[in-house]
Amino acid sequence: MKNFPVFAKHSWILLTVLLASCDVSQLNSPYPENEAKQAVLYSTFSEQPKHLDPAISYSADEYQIIGQIYEPPFQYHYLKRPYQIVPLTAAKMPVVRYLDAQGQLLGQNPEPGKIAFTDYIIEIQPGIKYQPHPALATDASGKFLYHHLAEAELSNINTLADFPQTGSRELIAEDYVYQIKRLANRKNQSPIAELMKGYIVGFDEFAKNLAKQPDKKLTDLSISGATALSRYQYRIRIKGKYPQFKYWLAMLFFAPMPWEAENFYAQAGLKEKNITLDWFPIGTGAYLLSENNPNKRMVLSKNPQSHLETYPAEGEPADKERGLLKDAGKKLPFIDKEIYTLEKESIPRWNKFLQGYYDDSGIASDSFDQAVQISGVGDMQLTPVMQEKGINLETSVMATIDYLGFNMLDSVVGGNSEAARKLRLAISIAIDYEEFIAIFRNGRAIAAQGVLPPGIYGADERSINPYVYEPTGKRKSIKVAQQLLAEAGYPNGIDPKTKEALTLFFDTSSVSIDARAVMNWYRKQLEKLGINLVIRATDYNRFQEKIRTGNAQLFLWGWNADYPDPENFFFLLYGGNAKVKYGGENTVNYQNPQFDRLFEEMRSMDDGPKRYQLVQQMQEILRHDAPWIFGFHPKDFVLSHSWYQNLKPNLMANNKLKYTRIDTVARAEKRTAWNKAIFWPLWLIMLLLVLILLPVLRAYQQRLRASLK
Amino acid sequence: MIYYIIRRVLYAFPLLMGVNILTFVLFFVVNSPDDMARMQLGQKHVTQQAVENWKQQRGYNLPLLWNEQADNPVSETIFYQKSVHLFAFDFGMSDSGRNIGTDIKQRMWPSLAVALPSLLVGLMVNISLALMVVLFRSTYLETLGIISCVMLMSISGLFYIIGGQFLLSKLLLLVPISGYDSGFEGVKFLLLPVLIAVVSGIGSGVRWYRTLFLEEVEKDYVRTARAKGLTETQVLFGHVLKNAMLPILTGVVAILPLLFMGSLLTESFFSIPGLGSYVIDAINRQDFAIVRSMVFLGSVLYIIGLLLTDISYTLVDPRVRLS
Repeated sequence: MKNFPVFAKHSWILLTVLLASCDVSQLNSPYPENEAKQAVLYSTFSEQPKHLDPAISYSADEYQIIGQIYEPPFQYHYLKRPYQIVPLTAAKMPVVRYLDAQGQLLGQNPEPGKIAFTDYIIEIQPGIKYQPHPALATDASGKFLYHHLAEAELSNINTLADFPQTGSRELIAEDYVYQIKRLANRKNQSPIAELMKGYIVGFDEFAKNLAKQPDKKLTDLSISGATALSRYQYRIRIKGKYPQFKYWLAMLFFAPMPWEAENFYAQAGLKEKNITLDWFPIGTGAYLLSENNPNKRMVLSKNPQSHLETYPAEGEPADKERGLLKDAGKKLPFIDKEIYTLEKESIPRWNKFLQGYYDDSGIASDSFDQAVQISGVGDMQLTPVMQEKGINLETSVMATIDYLGFNMLDSVVGGNSEAARKLRLAISIAIDYEEFIAIFRNGRAIAAQGVLPPGIYGADERSINPYVYEPTGKRKSIKVAQQLLAEAGYPNGIDPKTKEALTLFFDTSSVSIDARAVMNWYRKQLEKLGINLVIRATDYNRFQEKIRTGNAQLFLWGWNADYPDPENFFFLLYGGNAKVKYGGENTVNYQNPQFDRLFEEMRSMDDGPKRYQLVQQMQEILRHDAPWIFGFHPKDFVLSHSWYQNLKPNLMANNKLKYTRIDTVARAEKRTAWNKAIFWPLWLIMLLLVLILLPVLRAYQQRLRASLK
Repeated sequence: MIYYIIRRVLYAFPLLMGVNILTFVLFFVVNSPDDMARMQLGQKHVTQQAVENWKQQRGYNLPLLWNEQADNPVSETIFYQKSVHLFAFDFGMSDSGRNIGTDIKQRMWPSLAVALPSLLVGLMVNISLALMVVLFRSTYLETLGIISCVMLMSISGLFYIIGGQFLLSKLLLLVPISGYDSGFEGVKFLLLPVLIAVVSGIGSGVRWYRTLFLEEVEKDYVRTARAKGLTETQVLFGHVLKNAMLPILTGVVAILPLLFMGSLLTESFFSIPGLGSYVIDAINRQDFAIVRSMVFLGSVLYIIGLLLTDISYTLVDPRVRLS
C-alpha cells in the first residue's frame, strides 16, 4: 500500500497515453510524415521493369516510367480525340518529301507507284537541355569527369546519386540520329530492329557493318537513312511511302540519346554494380529517375532542366465542362514527384488505395463488386461507398483486340473452302461473347464487330458484323449457326467421316483454376452446336511453339495497338506476315490475295475518303471469311481520388504525368479522417487474455501448494 | 575439428555439382534457350534472327552439355560456361542484364529483417508456451493447449496473412498493410509480418518443444531435483530447459543461414524486396541465370547450416567430439 500513490500516478500517465492514443491518425501510413503536404503522386507497379532503355523497352509498365523521362520529337495531344500527333521537342510537324528511285524530288502528291523513298525532315527546338547527369559532367577544360573511372573512384559508387557532380548539355539533332544507330546495333536487341530494317534506308547495312567492326563506336559510322542536316535538324529516309512512320516518331524508340551516356555506362565497373543505361535513363523530359530500386520503389522527380511546355488549351467539347481545361496555358509539370511502389498483391494495393495512400487504382476482379455496381438501365456506376469517398471512375475502350483464332492451315477449320468458312461462322455465332464479357470480365469489355477497336481510323462504331449479328445488334440465333453447320457438312455437329460429334481442339497456355472455368465455358458454347471441344492446355513455351509451327487449331490471342492506325491491326492478317511461312504476326496464317492487295494499297495512303472506303472493304472481307472470331475490346477502368485532377484516359500517350495535378491539402485532410487508429479491440483482447490467465495462475498456485506439501 | 570441417567442405563440392546438374537438367527439360529468348524479347515483332542474336550474346547458342565440334567438348557448353564460376561465388549477369551478386547483396537484408525477429520472438513465445503446457501436464489446461495448437496448425499460412492484414491494417488501422523501408523507419512495416510469422508458427513450435521438454521431464535428474524440494517452476526453468537446449540450439543453428533466403509468401504479400520474391520472379521470367544462382546459394547455405549444427553440438555438449 505504501507504493500505491506512485502506482496511481503512473496509472494516470498510462491512462492519459491510452486516451490520447485513441485519436492517433495515420499510424498505418507507409510514408514519412514530411511528405504529407508535398505535391507527390503515389502509384504502384506490380512487376519489376525489365528494361528502361528506350531502344529496348516495349511494355506499358516500363513506359509509365520512361515515358516521363525520354522525349521523342512528337507526342500525342493529351485531350484531343481522335488521337493527334503534335510536336514535343520538335519545333513543328515534320516536312515530308517524296523521292523517286534516282533520289529526285517528287511533287506533293505523287503517284504512289513512283515513290521510292520518303524523307522526314525534323527540326528540333533549340535550347532544350538534358537532365543533370554524371555522364555529362565536365571539368573547366571540358574534359569528362567520369568517363574513365579508376577502381578507387568506383569503390564509393553504388548508385548514380553517389557521383558528386553532374552536368548537362543542349539536345542536338545528332542525338536522334545516334539513337537510330542504337536501334540498329544488334548488341542492344531492340525489338523493332527487324521491323525497321524494312523501312529505314541503310538500317540493315549499318547493322551488318557494325557487327563486322565491333571495336568501332556508333559515332564513327554513318547510317545512310538518318542524317543530321544541322545542329537542330535531321532527316530520316524511309523506303517507299509509309505514312504511319509519324506514329513511330512519337514512340520512345526514337527518343534522343547522348553518345556520352553510352560511353559512361560502358565502363565495366559500373555494369557490375547494375549501373547501366538499361537501368538509369538520361532524358530531356519533365521528370528524371531520382531513385531506382526496382525491388522496392521507383521515384520520378521534376527535372530542373526541363524545357517550357504548357497545358493544352484545346480539347474535346466536353473537356471544359469536366474541368479539364482549367489549367490551360499553365507551365508543366504540376507534380514535384511521383513514387511508384512495388505492390505485387491486389489486396494490399486495393486497401492502400481506399486508405488514400495511393492516388489511383485499377480494379482487380476480386474488388470489382466493392467498387462498381450496375444500375437498373445497365450502366456501370460507383458503389455508394466509393461515392461517399469522392472517388472518380474513368472508363475507356482500349485499342486492343482479344480474338479467337482459327488456324487457316488446319484441314478442318482452315482453308478457303465454303464449308470451312461456314463452320467458322457457325462457331462465331455460337460463342456468345456478350455472355463471356458479363461472366468473366464484369462487363469490362465490348463485343468486337471487326478487327478495329473504336477510336482507330476507319472504325465505324455503328457498323455491325452482319454474319454474326442481326441488323438490330442482337447476336444471331443458334438455329442460324446450326443451319450453317449443316451446310458446312456437319448436320447437328456430326462429322460424316466418323459418324460421331465433330471434335475440335482448343489450345491454350492458361492452366490456372480460373482459366479452367473459362475453358469449360468455351466447351459449353460449342456443345450448343453438338461439337465436342477438347481443351489442350499446355505451358506457355509449348503453346508458342504450336502457334509458330501451325499445329494449333483454335486458340486465343490478342493485340494491343502500337499506334491508332488501321494498318497496325490489318497487318495481323496480311499474308506476308503469316506466322508459319514468314514468322510474322499473322498467327492464323490467313491468306487472301484480294485482302493483301487492298492492304498494300491502304497502308501507303494518307487518311481520306478513299482510304476510309478501303478500310471498310477490308473489314467486310474479314467478316465474310471469319479467320478470327473477333472477340472483344477490353475496357480500362481507372479509379482516382477526388484530389487527383486533370485525369483523362489517353491510351496512346506515355507522358501523361506532367499534366496531372494533386490537391495536397484535400488529400492530407482525407487521409487524416480516414485513418484514425482503433485501439479498443486491443484492450479487449488483452482483457480476455487476463481472464484466460487467471484460472491458469490459480491452477499454478494450487500445484505449487500441492508440491510443497 | 579443423580436419572435420575441411573434410565436410570437400564433401560439399560433389554435392553442389550434383545439385547444379539437377537444376540445369530440370530447367532445360522445360525451357529451351529459344523459349528463354522469346520470353525475354516479348511477344511483338520477335523474329528468329532476334532470337539467335539474343542467344549468341548471352552464350545460349552453345550445346547444353557436350560440344562435339569444339576442341574441348566439355568447356564449350552452356552447362560449363554457366556453372563453373558459381564455385567462386561469381553469379554473373541475369538474362535481363543485371548483376546477380549485387542484387543478392541488396535483397538478403530485407529477408533477414523479417526472418530474424520472427525466429527470435517465435522461439521465446514457443518455448514459454511449451513450458507452460508441460507445467500443467495431465490437466485440462494441457488438453486445451494441445487442441489450440492443432487448430493453429490447421490454418493455412495465407489465412494468417490475409486475416492479419484485414484485422490490424484494414479494420484497426494500426500498421501499414504492406511495404518496406530500411533503418528505423522500417520497424512499422515489420511489425505485422513478424507478428503473423510468430502466431502462425505457435501451433507447430509449441508442440515440438513440448515433446522435447516432456522427454526431459521424466528423467532421473528431474526427479532428483524435485526430491531436493525445488518447485516445479524451478525444475522446469532451471534444469529441464537447460538440458533441452541441445536439440533446440542445434535446430536453430541449422536454419540460421537459410534465413537469408527469405519467405516467398510473406515477401510477396507485404511487398518486401527480399530473396524469396527474387526467386519466384526469376522462375516466372524463365531467367535461368538467377534460378541457377539461387539454387546454388540455397544449397551452400544448407550445407553451412548442417556444418554449424555439428559444431554447435561440440560447444553445447562437451561429451561430443568431431573427428
